[in-house]
Amino acid sequence: MTAVTLGAERLSKRFGEREALRDVSFAAAAGERLAIIGPNGAGKTTLLSILAGLQPPTSGTITGAGQAIGWVPQQPAVYGKLSVAENLRLFARLEKVADPDVAVERMLDQTGLRDRAGDELSRLSGGNRQRVNIAVGLLSDPAVLLLDEPSTALDPRQRERLWEFIGALAAGGTTVVFSTHHIGEAERWADRVLVLADGEVVFTGAPADLVGGDADFERAFVRFLREHGH
Amino acid sequence: MRWLALKDLQILRRSPLLVGLLIVYPIVLSLVVGKAVDTGPSKPKVAVVNEIAPDQTTFRLGNETIDVNKYADELFESIDPIRVKTRAEAIAKVRSGEALAAMVVPADIADRLQAAINLSGGPPPTVDVVYSNDDPLKTRFVQSAITSRVADANRVLTQKLTGVAANYLDILLRGGSFKLLGSTFDVLGLKNAAQIVDAVLRQRPADDPERAALERVKRFAQLAIDNLDLSDQVLGSLGAPIRVNAKALPGGTTSDAFFFATTLAISLMFVCVLLGAGLLALEREEHAFGRLVRGLVSRTQIAVEKTLLAGGLGAVASLLMLAVLAAVYGLDLGTVPAALAAIVLGGGAFGALGVAIGAVAREVRAASLLAVLVLLPVAALGLVPVGAVSGTGYDLIRVISAAFPFRPALHALQDALSGNGLSAPLAHLAALAVAYAGAARLGLRRFGQ
Repeated sequence: MTAVTLGAERLSKRFGEREALRDVSFAAAAGERLAIIGPNGAGKTTLLSILAGLQPPTSGTITGAGQAIGWVPQQPAVYGKLSVAENLRLFARLEKVADPDVAVERMLDQTGLRDRAGDELSRLSGGNRQRVNIAVGLLSDPAVLLLDEPSTALDPRQRERLWEFIGALAAGGTTVVFSTHHIGEAERWADRVLVLADGEVVFTGAPADLVGGDADFERAFVRFLREHGH
Repeated sequence: MRWLALKDLQILRRSPLLVGLLIVYPIVLSLVVGKAVDTGPSKPKVAVVNEIAPDQTTFRLGNETIDVNKYADELFESIDPIRVKTRAEAIAKVRSGEALAAMVVPADIADRLQAAINLSGGPPPTVDVVYSNDDPLKTRFVQSAITSRVADANRVLTQKLTGVAANYLDILLRGGSFKLLGSTFDVLGLKNAAQIVDAVLRQRPADDPERAALERVKRFAQLAIDNLDLSDQVLGSLGAPIRVNAKALPGGTTSDAFFFATTLAISLMFVCVLLGAGLLALEREEHAFGRLVRGLVSRTQIAVEKTLLAGGLGAVASLLMLAVLAAVYGLDLGTVPAALAAIVLGGGAFGALGVAIGAVAREVRAASLLAVLVLLPVAALGLVPVGAVSGTGYDLIRVISAAFPFRPALHALQDALSGNGLSAPLAHLAALAVAYAGAARLGLRRFGQ
């Protein structure tokens, strides 16, 4: 495995009496696609938001936190009244990117939205809004990109395009950590999966190692959780 | 932070309907409220002192005894009197805000009326009225109400005086009897006297030396008869036996200043608070807040940016409105710098209040609704005039109003436009701006997580 670009050591997070994460540890290498999966309430979004720096852990450490980490929240965190280019330019300026205009041009090319650059975001499809959302996360050219359920609310064709786009990013060396409810996407697009249940890591490894020869990844995943008492 | 402000301005520029409503609605509302408060309440509370001793409430008019209290009651018909015992107590009620004015019926009013009737000179009977200066429109209203009631009392009193006097004049003219000190007197009357003189003259020869003297008496009687026939009209034209000595407590505001201040304060409040609440809630509605505070800008910077932008835009709108009011109604341009200070600090306090409201809402519509729900009662309480409620109630209203920027902004603008010192309301506004900015920052702690 190449050098670790993002890792967590015994991360825990408590909200009052409730323990959302307990001793979560993992490591992700450059260019790796790591999928975080698990049932509802498992702690996927909490883990990603801690990795993104939105909230601190109760205990534990994060390695690689000093480098640029791109963050793509579940719902597009962009302004509907601004155009694609204006959104990108605004966040490039706020990110203090050396040359905002160059960064905007680069992201317009990378997302394939150049012909929609002047359109208000509220007029774009959900898929295109999500592409802009991801593009904002990539403006600072981060080594790590965190995505919280990026394919939610997208149709199959848009999902396919999205994962191809993310695959291209990983191929370029970006570490991609994403959560998803679509188990099939994890099997297809992740190099490794991290299974969370009730705030604990119950599996880390390649998708094929999780299913144990079962052709139906989703059925095998449910059986795995049941066997582990979840 | 400037890029965030630029973004907000771009969004506002692309929402002309929203911005139009944000500007037009408060202006229309403020003009309506400004005019509405101009009309005043139906019955203002007035502290009343009746200093007339119980055994000195009457004066005599011929053989009639007239009770002054009966006519003093006329004064109380269109006011809500708070009866107190001393002049100091009445003025204290005005100062505390429990009453809009104090009215003092002096102890010597019956004696002065008696003196006036006897044509013996001396100062006229006078009722003292002391107005509150807290609210010039209400003061104008209570002045009008009291003046009107004094005129009514004078009319009734004059009718009575005229009636009594006319009766005596009629006896003097036509003859008759009247009672005085228990005795009945018969009066011949000028007309009867003239008839008697005429009859005597007819019996006298033309060269009678006494005829000339009788002719003089007859001419005098006829002259008196002719003029006394007009006496009813002359008496009826007698003006006002009771006079009003009115004065205001020092440090007042002009009526125009109150109208301008009310209009400006309401529009400033609505524009700033709705903008502050809406701009912050928009960050949450667009799910952008979490992304912003992830190292791009701090929560404090966001609170400050929204406060300054909302306050600044509200101040610009108010300055434009001030210019329009100055052009339409005329305004002392010397008051503009002080008004500008009041508008700027008021904008800051209102903007911070709006951001604090926006910090508890998840979307723009909810923030706007919450802002309106907060602002309407704040404006209503801020416009409650002194004397409209009990002293305790008014104290409670003052405490509640002091917690919001509307009343201090109103007072600052009133003082600014009246040329009075306004350091106290400005300091109040500055303190509220800091307090609400702090509250907004606290509200943002969990915002976006």
